[in-house]
Amino acid sequence: MTETLLEVRNLGVAFHDEDGVLRAVDGVSFGVARGEIVGLVGESGAGKTLTAEAIMRLIRCPPGRISGEILYRGRDLLALDEAELADIRGKDIAMIFQNPISSLNPVFRVGAQLLEAMLLHLPARRRTLRDRVREIFTRVGIPSAERRAQDYPHQFSGGMCQRAMIGMGIACTPSLLIADEPTTALDVTIQAQILALIRQLAAELGMAVLLVSHDLGIISQMCRRVLVMYAGKIVEEAPIATIFHAPAHPYTRGLMACIPHLEQVPERLGTIAGVMPGLRDLPSGCRFHPRCPIAEPRCAVTEPALRALDETHRVSCHLARKD
Amino acid sequence: MEQARGVRTVDGDVLPAEAVGVVRHDAQTAEYARLWRRFCRNKGAVFGLAVFLAIVFMALFADLISPYNPLVQNYARPMEGPSTDHWLGTDSFGRDMLSRIIHGARIALVVGILAVLLAMVVGVTLGLISGYYGGLTDTIIMRVMDGLFAFPILILAIALMAVMGFGVRNVIIAVAIVSIAPFARVTRGDVLAVREEPYIEAARLAGISNRAIIWRHVLPNVLAPIIVQGALRVSAAIITESGLSFLGLGPPPPTPVWGSMIAEGRNFIVMAPHISTFPGIALMITVVGLNLFGDGLRDVLDPKLKS
Amino acid sequence: MEQPLLDVQQLTKHYPLRAGALHRLLPQRQTPVLRAVDGVSFTMAPGETLGLVGESGCGKTTTGRLILRAIEPTSGRIVFGGQDITALHSPALQPFRRQVQIVFQDPYSSLNPRLTVRQSIGEPMLVHGLASRDELRHQVNAVLEMVGLSREYGERYPHEMSGGQRQRVGIARALGVQPQLIVADEAVSALDVSVRAQILNLFVELRERLGLAYLFISHDLGVVRFISHRVAVMYLGQLVEVGPAAELFANPLHPYAQALLAAIPRIGDGSVSMFDHTERLLAGELPNPIDVPAGCRFYDRCPYRMDRCRQAAPALRAVAAERAVACYLHT
Repeated sequence: MTETLLEVRNLGVAFHDEDGVLRAVDGVSFGVARGEIVGLVGESGAGKTLTAEAIMRLIRCPPGRISGEILYRGRDLLALDEAELADIRGKDIAMIFQNPISSLNPVFRVGAQLLEAMLLHLPARRRTLRDRVREIFTRVGIPSAERRAQDYPHQFSGGMCQRAMIGMGIACTPSLLIADEPTTALDVTIQAQILALIRQLAAELGMAVLLVSHDLGIISQMCRRVLVMYAGKIVEEAPIATIFHAPAHPYTRGLMACIPHLEQVPERLGTIAGVMPGLRDLPSGCRFHPRCPIAEPRCAVTEPALRALDETHRVSCHLARKD
Repeated sequence: MEQARGVRTVDGDVLPAEAVGVVRHDAQTAEYARLWRRFCRNKGAVFGLAVFLAIVFMALFADLISPYNPLVQNYARPMEGPSTDHWLGTDSFGRDMLSRIIHGARIALVVGILAVLLAMVVGVTLGLISGYYGGLTDTIIMRVMDGLFAFPILILAIALMAVMGFGVRNVIIAVAIVSIAPFARVTRGDVLAVREEPYIEAARLAGISNRAIIWRHVLPNVLAPIIVQGALRVSAAIITESGLSFLGLGPPPPTPVWGSMIAEGRNFIVMAPHISTFPGIALMITVVGLNLFGDGLRDVLDPKLKS
Repeated sequence: MEQPLLDVQQLTKHYPLRAGALHRLLPQRQTPVLRAVDGVSFTMAPGETLGLVGESGCGKTTTGRLILRAIEPTSGRIVFGGQDITALHSPALQPFRRQVQIVFQDPYSSLNPRLTVRQSIGEPMLVHGLASRDELRHQVNAVLEMVGLSREYGERYPHEMSGGQRQRVGIARALGVQPQLIVADEAVSALDVSVRAQILNLFVELRERLGLAYLFISHDLGVVRFISHRVAVMYLGQLVEVGPAAELFANPLHPYAQALLAAIPRIGDGSVSMFDHTERLLAGELPNPIDVPAGCRFYDRCPYRMDRCRQAAPALRAVAAERAVACYLHT
């Protein structure tokens, strides 16, 4: 049994405003084992980015409030103070974001930014680290590393910026990389290169990856295990093969049906009626029941818990059963 | 289409499934209520609004609330300080200060509002044309506006009055001319942004004429900063008008106007400071109040624009 | 042979750039030119959906804008319904403006926030004389129903509606004037997956009901595959391959089209991975439409490049009925 690197227990992210409390993430629990690539998939508003940000404690509190436990190698990240957290961020757990160009400071050279990130965590000297910058740039596929390290972010293309960000992420060989929609802003052919790079690095460094995306295609190609989120909750957790061949939750099934395939093209795409509810209009009981094709009266009354269908498959639905 | 299903929300209402995820229709009223509440949280802005309403009240009902006729002179009791008969005292001609100040509000307000309205119409039109069409038109208009901006307001107003002659009407025109440039600039700025929005291009591609686009699509979306500017310019207009009156270029005596009242009291500053001071305080309260009101409006309207 | 609805001939759009100091030092001393669209030619039949795909900088959006006459072409001809509209200006352009409409990518900024839905939809109808003020209400309701919105939505403002609903309004606005061609510029890209499917289904229903033609511009190949009859692939301002959707996707001929399709992460159970053959993935950066090489524009990244490719660019030639490729491997 591989060591559990990260264990999230009953995570909640709530925001308080003048009209009340908004629970953007509610009761989310999952784990990431050493070296595995886990996918967190959902549409916009489902809470997946907030979940990722909560792990790194990047959410401003107040107005936010994070509850639950986030155990990294047994230590609860939510109980640490800023200094202890700063030690872990970037070194043990790294994160890359959706828009690479805005993640880099436009007035500093890219090489210098990578250097700074390393200086914070690694005990080596500046000169040694400068060589390491060059190494890392080459490692992540930035050509002419020496010259490129002297460039400013605006001289980098989107793909190269993301490579630089990945470089910064892996510079201190973290055990976990959180990637939040890392390729959404990139073109298809560049996206393929970046995803290949992430996979390669994960394998070489034995790094676990939590990949957040709305694109089931990317999740299929990259991840062994998948978590499906809807309206702030996890509705299904299973290996990718199960999600593809035998999804148990009606939302997951609906999602699979509405994505156009490249080979067999139906006359009409499957749809899920309605819209994901906003946080102020959450339905009672199961959050998906208004849109669910098989909803029963009890679905409007009690919220289903995330229960195990078998060893690797969990669903939160009253009606799901093992096929 | 799919069958609509009922959704029981946490509050117990039943909404059709379509509505789930949609901001409810009464949101518009709720939005205004929220803006009002935010406005009220700003003490200065509320004070400013109160000042504005007080001035309007004074202007409208000046005849009813003035204890005396502001024009009636009383040589028996000149330059008296505040007393029970005359709450703010009398001026050098024995006229009741309180009544004169109340009537002075009327002129201040009329000149301020009319001048600003005139300036707004001209300035906003120039700003719309300049911002929407760009090119040479824009350059020419903006250079003229820059020229207007460069002049010290009072000097320009004096020059205009020298050409046009005195009288309330000309004061209004002079103050209006001097206030055009800020409106043009503020409007143009927002027009430049709105012009790039897809819905403007959609209108153009639908074959809608430029004139119709400016009137129906651009103007309503740039109104907010114009309104804020309007509130702020009224106070500036009142100051300008007072300045002109102080220099003797305003409505001729014996019309009660704060600026000329201050000027009249100049000779008696030591003996009867209240003759200059009280109109001065009235002017100050009015201007500060209007500025706070304008700032409050900006705080309430601008973030809404951003969201 | 039916007259094509749209006939685009050698359409070109160049943006001359002001020479920076660096360029003045270079031997050529020519003003650098951004070749956004460079000699694009294709036709569309009435009721047909042509998908236009490519990555950033390929010129697909500019092509759409040129056809709409939102921007002026540098050269080339646009013939719509048999009439050459390339050089026309309003008011002569007005009938054309009614026949061709646009649906934008961003549902949040494509509707005037100060107008109700009814006003937004009704305005073009009034302008083109399709309804009098009295009939307008009735007509707008009819269009709302066609896009799946109940008539109460007429009184709403855009900010009271979700992204999918706003997009329906945008479509309704385009439909109101009864056009023959709709240019959908990334019309579903900003929508969530489940909403995207609803809107795509709507597009299909409308074309079956009204015989609409679509020029469907998108970077999402799955979407294009679903909705298009024919697909055109663009690279650096030029068409590299055109063909029926099913055939092109099953068997792409141009090396770029092959690379593009290979790069799509497909949904699956994880047993087959696109990363098993990383050498098939296209290397290198997206090209810059400013410094365009003399020969084939795909030369730098092409795994099959030959000497002749560098000397002269291959023209788009028909290789079968309905299939055309711009590549020396096939012509």
